[in-house]
Amino acid sequence: MKKFAELFTELDQTTKTNAKIDALADYFAASDKADALWAVALLTGKKPKRTVKTSELKLWSMQLAGVNEWLFEESYHVVGDLAETITLLLPVSETQADYSLSGMMALLKTLDMKTEEERQQIIKEIWMQLNTPERFVFNKLITGSFRVGVSQQLVIKALAKNYKLVESNVAHRLMGNWIPETSSLENLLFNTDSTEDLSKPYPFYLAYQLDVPMETLGNISDWQIEYKYDGIRGQIIVRRGELFVWSRGEELMTDKFPEFEILKEALPDGTVIDGEILPFNGDEPMPFHVMQTRIGRKNLSKKSLADAPLAMMCYDLLEHKGEDIRMLPMSERRAMLETILEEIKEKNPSANAILKISPVFACSTAEEMIVLREASRDRMCEGLMLKHKDSLYEAGRRRGKWWKWKIDPLTVDGVLIYAQRGHGRRADLYTDYTFAVWSGDELVAFTKAYSGLTDKELVEVDSWVKKNTKEKFGPVRSVTPELVFEIAFEGINPSPRHKSGVALRFPRILRWRKDKSINDANHKEDLLDLIQQLSKPA
Amino acid sequence: MLLKFDPYGIYCPQADVYIDPWKPVKNAIITHAHSDHAKCGNQNYLSHRISVPILKFRLGEDIKIRGVEYGEEIVMNGVRISLHPAGHIPGSAQIRLEYKGEIWVASGDYKLQQDGVSTAFEPVRCQHFVTESTFGLPVYRFPEAKQTHADINTWWQKNKEEGKASVIIGYALGKAQRIIKHLDPEIGTIYTHGAVDNLNRLLTKDGLELPSTTRVAGETNKALFKGNIIVAPPSAIGTPWLKRFDPFSVAICSGWMQLRGTRRRKSADRGFVLSDHADWDELNTAVKETGAENVYVTHGYKSVFAKWLREELHLNAVEVDTLYEGESLNEGEAKENNNETDAEYEEIR
Ligand SMILES: [Zn+2]
Ligand SMILES: [Zn+2]
Repeated sequence: MKKFAELFTELDQTTKTNAKIDALADYFAASDKADALWAVALLTGKKPKRTVKTSELKLWSMQLAGVNEWLFEESYHVVGDLAETITLLLPVSETQADYSLSGMMALLKTLDMKTEEERQQIIKEIWMQLNTPERFVFNKLITGSFRVGVSQQLVIKALAKNYKLVESNVAHRLMGNWIPETSSLENLLFNTDSTEDLSKPYPFYLAYQLDVPMETLGNISDWQIEYKYDGIRGQIIVRRGELFVWSRGEELMTDKFPEFEILKEALPDGTVIDGEILPFNGDEPMPFHVMQTRIGRKNLSKKSLADAPLAMMCYDLLEHKGEDIRMLPMSERRAMLETILEEIKEKNPSANAILKISPVFACSTAEEMIVLREASRDRMCEGLMLKHKDSLYEAGRRRGKWWKWKIDPLTVDGVLIYAQRGHGRRADLYTDYTFAVWSGDELVAFTKAYSGLTDKELVEVDSWVKKNTKEKFGPVRSVTPELVFEIAFEGINPSPRHKSGVALRFPRILRWRKDKSINDANHKEDLLDLIQQLSKPA
Repeated sequence: MLLKFDPYGIYCPQADVYIDPWKPVKNAIITHAHSDHAKCGNQNYLSHRISVPILKFRLGEDIKIRGVEYGEEIVMNGVRISLHPAGHIPGSAQIRLEYKGEIWVASGDYKLQQDGVSTAFEPVRCQHFVTESTFGLPVYRFPEAKQTHADINTWWQKNKEEGKASVIIGYALGKAQRIIKHLDPEIGTIYTHGAVDNLNRLLTKDGLELPSTTRVAGETNKALFKGNIIVAPPSAIGTPWLKRFDPFSVAICSGWMQLRGTRRRKSADRGFVLSDHADWDELNTAVKETGAENVYVTHGYKSVFAKWLREELHLNAVEVDTLYEGESLNEGEAKENNNETDAEYEEIR
């Protein structure tokens, strides 16, 4: 636990990639295999089951710290993180015990079989045996909020470095739903029997936003050009008559898509398709929010299935007849994908309705691509995907052979009306803002947004907020309407829950418009117009 | 009431004197020379002897100022006034005022932890106590400074081994001297930013003993910084002035570094928890040791601390609005342009 907490602290303190890889590799080298396996699991986002309620943790820490409820809440508001609040409130521990990471995880797992009294005793005892960094990591683990600033790719690099393995193999091996309790590091990294886990997906190949000049792309006709659909990126796997659907977030979501069940028979054994899951009205893609409501449901009613029928827009073929074909060029993979889908079209019309092929557009000039990109929004798309016809299917986000070329984000100018202290890393500044647009001669709140300003601007706005506060409501201050910001967003939906009647997707501050006065801010009507324009069928 | 809070500062009508006024007045007693407590434009100043040269340096050589020792008694229109160590920075003082049996102590900024450069805090019994509350939350319980100083030296040593310079950030007055005092000169040379060096000179002339340091000058050969440490004020963060030390690692010393969020938000490689303000436990201890029934809570988490004192210690505690600023981090960015200030947190209402 000590070593793992030190690793966490090191990863937390540096932003330098090489320093992170070194810290990880050092950790793997110095740890036994059981601890290393747990570290891989935790660092790649596998969360242990929560066995203690946060309300219990709060209560027990208050007891140990001699702090009452309102003081706990005040502290939490300033710190912005429950695990850290508890860490800091607890009295300094006098004894130190060194738990192994795997031992600690095993102990935590047994907690839900214990009585509340026993749980309380165990947790309090552990708290008082850990130093501050360990305590923080421990609290993050038991509250199920453990996150660390390393990408899966860095963990893969460090594992490959330490165990002398090939990175792309490690990447594939880490995929899927292995669980540290029942796996071993040998099995995970070195076992050669690949049939062991039928559900195992391939690491997704992700693209960066196109940021190189068009001229460097070479011959435009060497690129496979598709729309970039706005849905859930996923993999459909059919192996030995079983179906698995994975999201890009590495979540096994098979049961969210009952309509995909028929693919078990329709697709040949040993097929893995990469694509985008979208709601469709016949051949028309529907807006993202239609699917969002459905995905959020615990139980799928007939009505919700009928309201948002889902299908996959197929991009790529990764496994064919049980063979990993990721190292074949894009053009060949595409041809094989087309063949499979053609066969289905003839034999199985209902499966055909679920597996649509992402159309490829022939462009020979950059100008044609620009026109196509503009048109993509009418198809509920976010822009274009550019994939070189020679490209292999690589793992993770990479530059050069695949690019996404998103349409410029939608923007609106809003007036700052409320500010709230940030949480976590911005706990001492007013960094969370609410913006308003005009509705007649009244300003109505329409969105919150925070990211997007530089640290310098944040400080400037923070000090402005303090001098221009009108009223305080708890942690929120209303401020004199004066500052105008340009808010970028990816989509807009009607929302009766909001005073402005709209809800934005991914709102963020694009820039501070010091050149604008509040009279230049947008009107509610502008937003409603946008919804109209965007929901118009093509 | 012997003292009251008015738009100019903390006022004693009987003695016609203000403590740390934020607007110009006739008579001002200054608790310490940080810029949020010592403003210019007052006709007569009174402070601890050690603060005198610093106040002259910062506010002008021509100010009318009288320096006194800790415990030395002055009588102003029947009010007996004396200064007592506050432990915040060299020369910092709590102001004790007594008139017809009524005793007040205005403590300015203070801490109980000994820092090696300031005279240690002394509790002063009183009925009315004015306290700051910069770190008036129980999540602020600071680690032993001894450990922090050891960590700083370890960090310096590690940077040296990696061929880097170390840049360590702390307020020019107080924090910088405290940092320097505990650096291990065996590791390498200690360089100072001009703002730090100016104050070092004033304070050492007055008897403070510090390891020897070298002022960074424009013509200093850049190769010389490798493996050595540079002590600089917060205003240096993110400025081109730092470029000459490349490659370097930068660390900030402040009580705010207690929170992970603040550590991460600041563009520093390391954050060391080192505070010149009392933490939660120290604030509680200080209040209890005065024996005061009435407590006036100024800058910081004042509403929280005042409520705590009312509910848990059953004292008459109220929050008071002042224009003092707690220890803060954004000083450099926020307002320090030509003269360095030592605090920045603007809580103006
Ligand atoms: Zn001060
Ligand atoms: Zn102060």
